[in-house]
Amino acid sequence: MADSAEVTTPSQTVGPFYALPDGLLWPDGPEVVPAGAPGAVVVRGTVLDGNGDPVPDAVIEIWHADERGRFSHPADPRGEPASFQGFGRCGTDPEGGFWFRTVKPGPLPTPDGRTEAPHLNVTVLARGMLNRLITRAYFPDEAAANEADPVLSEVSPQRRGTLVAVAEPDGVRFDIRLQGDAETVFFEL
Amino acid sequence: MPAETTPQRSELLLPRYRRDDASHPALNTPEYRSSALRYPKQPLQLLPQYLTEVTGPLLGHDRVAETDHDLTTGHEGEPLGERIIVSGRVLDSDGKPVPHTLIELWQANSAGRYRHAGDRHPAPLDPNFTGVGRAMSDEQGEYRFVTIKPGAYPWRNHDNAWRPAHLHFSLFGQAFTQRLITQMYFPGDPLFHQDPIFNSVRDPRARERMISRFDLDGTVPEWALSYKFDIVLRGSAATPFEDDEEDDD
Repeated sequence: MADSAEVTTPSQTVGPFYALPDGLLWPDGPEVVPAGAPGAVVVRGTVLDGNGDPVPDAVIEIWHADERGRFSHPADPRGEPASFQGFGRCGTDPEGGFWFRTVKPGPLPTPDGRTEAPHLNVTVLARGMLNRLITRAYFPDEAAANEADPVLSEVSPQRRGTLVAVAEPDGVRFDIRLQGDAETVFFEL
Repeated sequence: MPAETTPQRSELLLPRYRRDDASHPALNTPEYRSSALRYPKQPLQLLPQYLTEVTGPLLGHDRVAETDHDLTTGHEGEPLGERIIVSGRVLDSDGKPVPHTLIELWQANSAGRYRHAGDRHPAPLDPNFTGVGRAMSDEQGEYRFVTIKPGAYPWRNHDNAWRPAHLHFSLFGQAFTQRLITQMYFPGDPLFHQDPIFNSVRDPRARERMISRFDLDGTVPEWALSYKFDIVLRGSAATPFEDDEEDDD
């Protein structure tokens, strides 16, 4: 019964003081795969506020499938484990910067028979944010897959670009603009 | 596109998590000044619950050491303050326990000071308290921490602003969709009425969810007081056919 569900616990801000020794920010947090892993890409970005100023106290988390589009998780009915745990976490530096080392995930099937382009699910947490923000990072060298992606194709064409990372020599750049000009597309889930 | 990434529909039956928007604060909450430049002004886009959303990191015991649930150990001596046990269950909104899930905790010391370079509150640091803990929920979703009661502390949000005593909790649940960062408060705190973060939750029943319960049965005589705090994450309907969101774009 949908209406007999219990009230859930509300979200509250992560606040400014999460970066305690041995706390949320694990030393290996940004390293989804170790240095030198085959196919490793570095994902870099900057978080900016509504003034265009860097956000030096955000936490970025990513979650994504492995290079073959697999998850090690009981809710994935395809039942083939992933080659790694696709979770990364990184606090922003004084310039608002964050980074991850990972591999580009594979495409994913949807229940209605479509195919999702390779993507990272991204969570943004920060002081001043009472709830997390959710966005997705897609890859610049996947034009055809991005074109057919069921999520990206629902986004208005003029804002779609905010969800596609930009190519860099050793990986990609994915900047996150919380508000204002070229505001990143955020999702409700 | 390789053919094997396009299975039959029936092979890909995914759980579907209930929406719980009524519990959560609005990102644009002017009374909380820091939110002004950090909330999106464009409408949020609906994200369907596909594979990436219904899975999530299953972080396990390798992330939690034997004494991580006890914030009063690991230093030369005991921290100052009121020793408390904080325990409860992680559940979903269908009342099902969420077993074997990582819970992260961080907090100020008993004087209301965080061991953090950015905390300028002129209250003493405690050499015997870092303020970080971790625990796993068990098979029944039960978890337990030992810590000290944090102090209230001033901040500059408004004239004579004070945060009520609180513990920060971070939970992963079992899916990206269940991820939750929240704060636990103490019953009867006289600072609630002026705190924009607590009051950003508009539904009184949801606000109640953030307040722990004094728990006489859980006290340890001559050693610790006890508070109960159950954490409720989004539940999942077994089949993906209910609660059609309206998607008006």
